[in-house]
Amino acid sequence: MKRLFPAPLLSLSLWGLWLLLNLSLSPGNLLLGALLGFFAPYIFAPLRPSPARIRKPGVAVRLFLLVGRDVVMSNLAVAWGVLRAGRRPPRSAFVKVPLDLHDAHGLAALAMICTVVPGTVWSELALDRSVLLMHVFDLNDEAAFIEHFKSTYERPLMEIFQ
Amino acid sequence: MNSLQVLPFWVEILTAVLLVLSSLFGLIGALGLLRMKDFFQRMHPPALASTLGAWCVALASIIYFSALKDGPVLHAWLIPILLAITVPVTTLLLARTGLFRKRMAGDDVPPEVSDGRQQGH
Repeated sequence: MKRLFPAPLLSLSLWGLWLLLNLSLSPGNLLLGALLGFFAPYIFAPLRPSPARIRKPGVAVRLFLLVGRDVVMSNLAVAWGVLRAGRRPPRSAFVKVPLDLHDAHGLAALAMICTVVPGTVWSELALDRSVLLMHVFDLNDEAAFIEHFKSTYERPLMEIFQ
Repeated sequence: MNSLQVLPFWVEILTAVLLVLSSLFGLIGALGLLRMKDFFQRMHPPALASTLGAWCVALASIIYFSALKDGPVLHAWLIPILLAITVPVTTLLLARTGLFRKRMAGDDVPPEVSDGRQQGH
């Protein structure tokens, strides 16, 4: 089974993606999607030097919902910051965050989260993956921000990927 | 004849509210791009359009077409997911380029976070 499907999650998501895009569960589309899911991992294998292992799907779902909540909250915060920028300019700053997460896939996920949430932009990762430089739109309390970032995003990602 | 079909009032209200909300976020994002003072500040507001702005449109489309077709029409939800995967690529490139150029110009940005030992690799 493992030999036949080197990346079962990828195969399954591609199959789901195909069916969703075509909005159909006809036998033809079921077969085409299954073919795509079966062959794509072999085609893309050379691009993925180390296979990702995802553990604790429960933690992943929880993280997904937390990121969704944070996106909504920071959307409102950034919108408010833009609207009152005339009276009170946002206190933008660079923040250095020490990292404990070293897995490449985990870091990729962290970069995605950090960029998708408005108000934070991933700017630079140290070559030894020990420090991350981020730009924050409106920084109130640096220590509290780092603590929130590490406990909400980094720790669940370490549980999932490491 | 499908276009003449009458939808429940609450579906129309909900769709309209979501669409207006979405365009509001797009507008505020554009306004932010205009009003912010430097490059890095300007990177944040456009994210409003690619997150909540896109989410609201997708949700409106799902609700409207699900009501119209009497069944779940979920494929619009792929747009926010694909956006979340692709937008970070350009944002990251822009941020890295911005930092690099500002460092070359000697502007007030933090120095490289890697220390000297690791840079040889």
